[in-house]
Amino acid sequence: MSFKVIPKAALPDWIEQMRRSQRVVGPKPLHGQHVFGEIHGAAEIDLDYPTTVIPPKKYLFPQQEDLLTYKLDGSAPSVVQDAEPTVVLGLHTCDLHALHLLDRVFEKTHVDQPYMARRAKTTLVSIECLRPCMSHSFCKSMGTLSVTDGFDLHLTDLGDDYGVDVGTPKGAALLDGLKGVREATGDDRQRVNRIMTEKWPRFPLRLEFDVTELPSLLSVSYDSKLWDELGERCLACAMCTNVCPTCYCFNVADEVELTLTAGKRYRVWDSCQLDKFATVADGHNFRAKRGARQRHRFFRKGKYQTDAFGLLGCVGCGRCAQACLVDITPVDTWNELHRPATEGTKEAAA
Amino acid sequence: MSTPLRDTLSEPSIYLPTAATIADVRAVGKREKVFTFELPKGLSLAHQPGQFVELSILGVGEAPISISSSPSRSNGTFELCVRKAGDLTGVLHTLKAGDTVGVRGPFGRGFPIERFRGKDMLFAPGGLGLAPLRSLINQVLDERGNFGRVIIAYGARDPGELLFKDELERWAERSDVELHLTVDRGDETWSGPVGVITTLFPKIEVHARNTVAVTVGPPVMYRFVLMELLGKGLSEGNIWLSLERRMKCGVGKCGHCQINHLYACQSGPSFSYAEIKHLGEAL
Ligand SMILES: Cc1cc2nc3c(=O)[nH]c(=O)nc-3n(C[C@H](O)[C@H](O)[C@H](O)COP(=O)(O)OP(=O)(O)OC[C@H]3O[C@@H](n4cnc5c(N)ncnc54)[C@H](O)[C@@H]3O)c2cc1C
Ligand code: SF4
Ligand code: SF4
Repeated sequence: MSFKVIPKAALPDWIEQMRRSQRVVGPKPLHGQHVFGEIHGAAEIDLDYPTTVIPPKKYLFPQQEDLLTYKLDGSAPSVVQDAEPTVVLGLHTCDLHALHLLDRVFEKTHVDQPYMARRAKTTLVSIECLRPCMSHSFCKSMGTLSVTDGFDLHLTDLGDDYGVDVGTPKGAALLDGLKGVREATGDDRQRVNRIMTEKWPRFPLRLEFDVTELPSLLSVSYDSKLWDELGERCLACAMCTNVCPTCYCFNVADEVELTLTAGKRYRVWDSCQLDKFATVADGHNFRAKRGARQRHRFFRKGKYQTDAFGLLGCVGCGRCAQACLVDITPVDTWNELHRPATEGTKEAAA
Repeated sequence: MSTPLRDTLSEPSIYLPTAATIADVRAVGKREKVFTFELPKGLSLAHQPGQFVELSILGVGEAPISISSSPSRSNGTFELCVRKAGDLTGVLHTLKAGDTVGVRGPFGRGFPIERFRGKDMLFAPGGLGLAPLRSLINQVLDERGNFGRVIIAYGARDPGELLFKDELERWAERSDVELHLTVDRGDETWSGPVGVITTLFPKIEVHARNTVAVTVGPPVMYRFVLMELLGKGLSEGNIWLSLERRMKCGVGKCGHCQINHLYACQSGPSFSYAEIKHLGEAL
């Protein structure tokens, strides 16, 4: 839409202004790491953060979420509608790409109202990453190092100012009446261009092949012995899926109050890495081996989601690699699958 | 990259069950009961044979259950045949006529009956597999003239586990139904064949090019039944089965029922063998 500039000095006013009508959440330091949490004032937010333990997806798809509440007196259950108007301030572009995928997943065929209700009340203000956040991230390889759309506002750190790409009228409305905002000049645009040009070489390409080859690489890797090797190492702890911005599998359960007069039905994050995920009532487990579960995970990330939704199921944030105690990582896994094929070709050519 | 979001919030939640009242309960096996449900006035399930509902009991949970009645006999009601297997099915088995549960659905892809018309039908249910297949069988029998031969080869663990005995008797009496029964272990009440379901197949002659086989049963059964059917020369596209998986949402989100890239609750549970034979996780 348009390009504007906000002086950094206006951040406190801006946050205060947004907080008058809605909740503002953003990255803040906690115990030496960063987490997304409610921001009460500019002093709490750290927009120059590396990454967060849990991605901001939790505001659209909370770790646990009530679907229905009911009385146990035979009356009809009620649908829980507790979505709060929220500005997510400062999400990184990998996490924004992940939300594009979740939007498609939850909107397709059967519309998932709990997600869509939160989505409709959420305003996304993303921020351009200018330095790699950690050694495990590989956003450049996955094509998520920047964004062209999908945000309401997108910030670029220009030193004393933020460059603001206005993506939607909803984003523009956040700036209404804010003192200090101005239209970008040719000079500002040049500053952004220079910063973008300078940032690019700072990020390493970590996949040893072009990511567009990933779905086809996987389709010839189904029977690789690597899956069993990963299965031997994997602890089936589910940390990798818990921290992932594109994972959305869930369990549904009921909980009755101690008085036995009322209860609720809720959903809670689940994981394909857990032993019983695919077990049916007669005890048969359709993915009993850890190797089969690792294969399923990496196929979802690199192929199944692309086939179904046209977007990769991994945005290269690196959180799973950081979280895994036995160093199972998407980069190593996919490179390993790619390597023998290449060597094989070389040998065949020799 | 991103597309504008539809206005979807005015639609009712896909997780909200509709009340269904139990009109009748009858035992049809040692661990199985058939429940007849009525929906609120004006609503009909409008299902296809092979589809399922998510059955809900508040305070307990939900479970996917195939619709056992055929659309041709719906009359504003539908039937579920449920085996007592755990929490939800256990509580359901204590309910009586007049009690209310919740249902969501119908979900999934049913059997494509329009493609079966004009063919000889070979039904091969194993155990509880008769519950979902009964919907299709009765639909076929209610438009009997549209089909060639109707052959039913049904196997159960023991005579006590043969479900729907009254209906089996009626099918046995019909001259236009060829019914073959077997049990893994016989007892004093049993004078019929003893052996697993596949022991029935050598006795059944089929015209392979004009036969559609539909088989529903436990995972272990499929491998052996498929071998028999392929051995008879049936084409992979003419062999249909229903794949059971853990399911939590029924609407393609929760991830539990995935078979490689397919969601059993969306692309299935009814599949032709041709559609799934290349999927490592299907059988
Ligand atoms: C498409 C489809 C159609 C079906 N149609 C029918 C039908 O027509 N009739 C019918 O009777 N059944 C049918 N089923 C099976 C039925 O859904 C299950 O039997 C049912 O879910 C059991 O629910 P429950 O709450 O009673 O059992 P649960 O309490 O869920 O438990 C059943 C068993 O599974 C084990 N279990 C449950 N949860 C877990 C877990 N998290 N980890 C490990 N083990 C666990 C329990 O120990 C128990 O032994 C169908 C299933 C599918 C997918
Ligand atoms: S975090 Fe690592 S060990 Fe844990 S389930 Fe994932 S891959 Fe396995
Ligand atoms: S698979 Fe790992 S690197 Fe990829 S998006 Fe999920 S957490 Fe991030």
